Amino acid sequence: MIETPNVDWLALSPTLALLGASGVALLSAVLVPAWMRKGVAAGTALLGFVLAAVLAGFVFDQSPTPQPLLAESMVRDQLAALAQVILAVTGAVVVLASWAKRRRDWHSEYCALLAATGAGMVFFVGAENLMTLFLGLEWFSLCLYILVALDTDRATSLEAGLKYVIVGGFGSAVLLFGSALVFGATGELGFSQIAAAAAGDDAFLVAGLAMILAGLAFKVSAAPFHMWTPDVYEGAPTSVTAFMSAATKTAALVVTLRILLTAFPEESEIWTVAVAVIACVSLVWGNLAALAQRDVKRLLAYSSISHAGFLLIAISAASERGGEALLYYLVPYSAMSVGAFAVVAARERELDHPLTLEGFAGFGWERPFYGLAMSVFMLGFAGFPLTGGFFGKLFVFSAAYDAGDWWLVLVGVAATAVSLAYYLNVVRWLYMRTAPAAPMVAVGGSPPSDPALGVAIGAAVFVTVASFFAAQPILDLASDAAASLPF
Amino acid sequence: MLTTALILLPLVGALVVAILPLPRTSTAGLAFLVALMEVGLWIVAASRFDFDDGGLQLGTSREWVESLGISYSVGFYGFSLWLTGAAVIVSAAAIGYAMWVGRDRPRAYHALMLFLTGTVVATFASQDLLLFYVSFEAMLIPLYVLVGVWGGARRVAATLTFVVYTMAGSLLMLASVVAFGVTQGTFSLLDSGTSDNVWIFLGFAVAFAVKAPLFPFHGWLPLAYREAPVEVAAVLSAVVSKTAIFGFLRIGLPKFPEPVDDLTVVILVLAGAGLVYGSVLAFRAPDLRGIVAYSSLAQMGLITLGVFALNDLGLDGAVLQSVAHALVSATMFLLAGMVERRCGSGDLDTLGGMARGRPVLASVLLTAGIIALAVPGSATFAGEFLIMAGVYSEGWGYAAIVALGIVLAAMYVLRLISAVLHVRPGSAVREEALDLRPGELALVLPLVACLLALSAWPALVSQSSFPSDRAATAVVTNFGKSPIEFELRLAPAETSP
Repeated sequence: MIETPNVDWLALSPTLALLGASGVALLSAVLVPAWMRKGVAAGTALLGFVLAAVLAGFVFDQSPTPQPLLAESMVRDQLAALAQVILAVTGAVVVLASWAKRRRDWHSEYCALLAATGAGMVFFVGAENLMTLFLGLEWFSLCLYILVALDTDRATSLEAGLKYVIVGGFGSAVLLFGSALVFGATGELGFSQIAAAAAGDDAFLVAGLAMILAGLAFKVSAAPFHMWTPDVYEGAPTSVTAFMSAATKTAALVVTLRILLTAFPEESEIWTVAVAVIACVSLVWGNLAALAQRDVKRLLAYSSISHAGFLLIAISAASERGGEALLYYLVPYSAMSVGAFAVVAARERELDHPLTLEGFAGFGWERPFYGLAMSVFMLGFAGFPLTGGFFGKLFVFSAAYDAGDWWLVLVGVAATAVSLAYYLNVVRWLYMRTAPAAPMVAVGGSPPSDPALGVAIGAAVFVTVASFFAAQPILDLASDAAASLPF
Repeated sequence: MLTTALILLPLVGALVVAILPLPRTSTAGLAFLVALMEVGLWIVAASRFDFDDGGLQLGTSREWVESLGISYSVGFYGFSLWLTGAAVIVSAAAIGYAMWVGRDRPRAYHALMLFLTGTVVATFASQDLLLFYVSFEAMLIPLYVLVGVWGGARRVAATLTFVVYTMAGSLLMLASVVAFGVTQGTFSLLDSGTSDNVWIFLGFAVAFAVKAPLFPFHGWLPLAYREAPVEVAAVLSAVVSKTAIFGFLRIGLPKFPEPVDDLTVVILVLAGAGLVYGSVLAFRAPDLRGIVAYSSLAQMGLITLGVFALNDLGLDGAVLQSVAHALVSATMFLLAGMVERRCGSGDLDTLGGMARGRPVLASVLLTAGIIALAVPGSATFAGEFLIMAGVYSEGWGYAAIVALGIVLAAMYVLRLISAVLHVRPGSAVREEALDLRPGELALVLPLVACLLALSAWPALVSQSSFPSDRAATAVVTNFGKSPIEFELRLAPAETSP
């Protein structure tokens, strides 16, 4: 007689909603007549993401204390729920942003994969066990590999897909190897059991910790585990890049925070230093490399690497304030990231070729709303006031200063100063330069109006700016979520 | 509420101007109207302000980010009210000038100018360190675009140096803000105590020194002041630079008494060097805007001397001189712009002889000029005299430098006046170049009138800037929040006149 564990369906409902949406969207590819296929698929995916966000919000409300789930292989807590809300809203915005993409077909498959990726991430952030951790990671990674290579008519897309498979597979292997070492050292898979069983300075355990951290750093795209990021971000369909830059980072960072604090609290002296070093390397490398980029997507890729650095500073503080700072920062960061790539997508559609900085010349005057939105995102990335990016940086720096890492604050400040050069350069191209040689509209005629994309970008701008003025409510949520971890 | 209205009116105005699809002239007119309403609102605020009391007034406070002790608290002291007054008047004149000139893309331009005004007012009104930082930084966004889009030929280089300098300073200040706020547990300037950490003070000091700018952090100044649209240069030198003085008066001195005490000599020497250096450069500058720009550097050095004299005379003089310099500098920049528009050039070599047949231009320029050179009886003279008297107690050498600065000011201003108005007509001065038009006169005359009024009654500003007119006491005691726990070299009570 096999004893089945008690299943808390509510806690799993965000994952199930997205899985269901994914299945329906996939079926629509064959069962729905061609003329309404795209609408049905996109509508289903959008509905799935919105439903998942609502359900996750409900779970957040209903889970004041963490509860084990599925025989302690997962956990139902406010940290996971908040991350799920961020992920699901990001997904919904991406579905809107990709509505009018010039894709001849496969929109159903695209939507199905997007929803499945979302389901994997939503599952991943609730992992409380090395097996569910790996399962979640592979789940969303496999979907992303296909999504990256989805533009089969573009060689760069296929190349990016291949690179991502190889490097991502390597990252997963490292993570799995680390998990094996940790299991060997402690004989446990569950995070809290690992913490309880860990004894002293076990070399296997430390090696396992290092490899798990490295495996997650691949997904966070923190330097020196970032080498896939620029190529993949550049080659992937822009809407997929938007989703990856915001959602993958969110999921991987939240899980990093969780596993470090719940499974390795005894080793915190080791991993705080390791995370701080990775953060510094990311800040330095991401910012310096971004300075040299002409391709906007590559520039944003390096910017996302440097942001991984900022976000990791919050983790390295290993304090409740650090956790709050991380979760707060993820909100405006996701909005800015999705928004910026959505604007890139809009411009790419007009030019019909990859977007370099020259392609942005005068764009701010041609399309006032998109131009203004892009400026807001760039200023937000740079941490200017009136955007949530400012409070994100402020909270991260306060957490680091509070933890005694004043040198991290100085590194962060220096990195911000360098980052201004390329963020403001984008604004300069938008408004202050003209490139008469570049064809303005290559495809002929004025670009089709795209209200869905406008709504997506508008939502991103709204979140970016609103998270500045309403910093306290978001910080309260972040604080509740951080309270589910044992600091 | 009034303070909040004073901050919000230009910001909301900016939004309305940006969104409403009005024709060119109506857009500019609407923006000018908002700027005038802002001046009116400031007059209302000033009339409700009890200058005898002099403590924080018209204050509002509301929690913003409670977990970190960040609040939206605003309010005015005497000195910040006067600085705000100068700011709104200069902004109105600048927006009026932009309307007169008819800048391209008026919706974006005027929205940015109003936004700039709002952030400047917010800076002067802020009583929370974070709010101060936010407004201080937000000023950069409109300035960046205004210089970068509407500036002269080398505008891109100008914006780049300007932003690199100011952001480097601002980010150091952010580190200091974080360190100070986290250590104090609150960001409120009203609640926080003092700190003896010299590094935190330096972060603030460098940011203010870049913004002012003070020697040797003025590298961005010549390019930015020359390449910016002339009315933006006016706002930069008249108003934006004064946010640094506000920062020293409200944050630098009250919150860091010991570091200030340790570093006074260094800062005084640098300020004195800046005064002389700026004056000499102004005397050598080949163009109109160069003279006004470098004279601004010199004047900021002078004001800083007054601030770091750390006594009643010096502080009162610094505030008076800040207000006077704001009005003088804006007037001179706008006049420089009017001359440039007539001649197509600001090179002194190509100018000259403009007084003949243009009596109004000559009279206004001469009036503004002799106030700028601090002729006895003018507001600037009163300010400089107070600063000189204040700084004398720090050492006669500083007073000598101030005196030298006054002499040099006379030299460069007279050089400017004679090069523009007198000598023989320059190659760029065409016979048919007009005298000042009524519209232009209507912009410049109010500024000159304010200056004349201030000249007649400088005590209006200098005696109502600090609580109970005891400037040093207010500053040293962190505006009444902390007792004097240590001995300054100058006990405030002894130095009051």
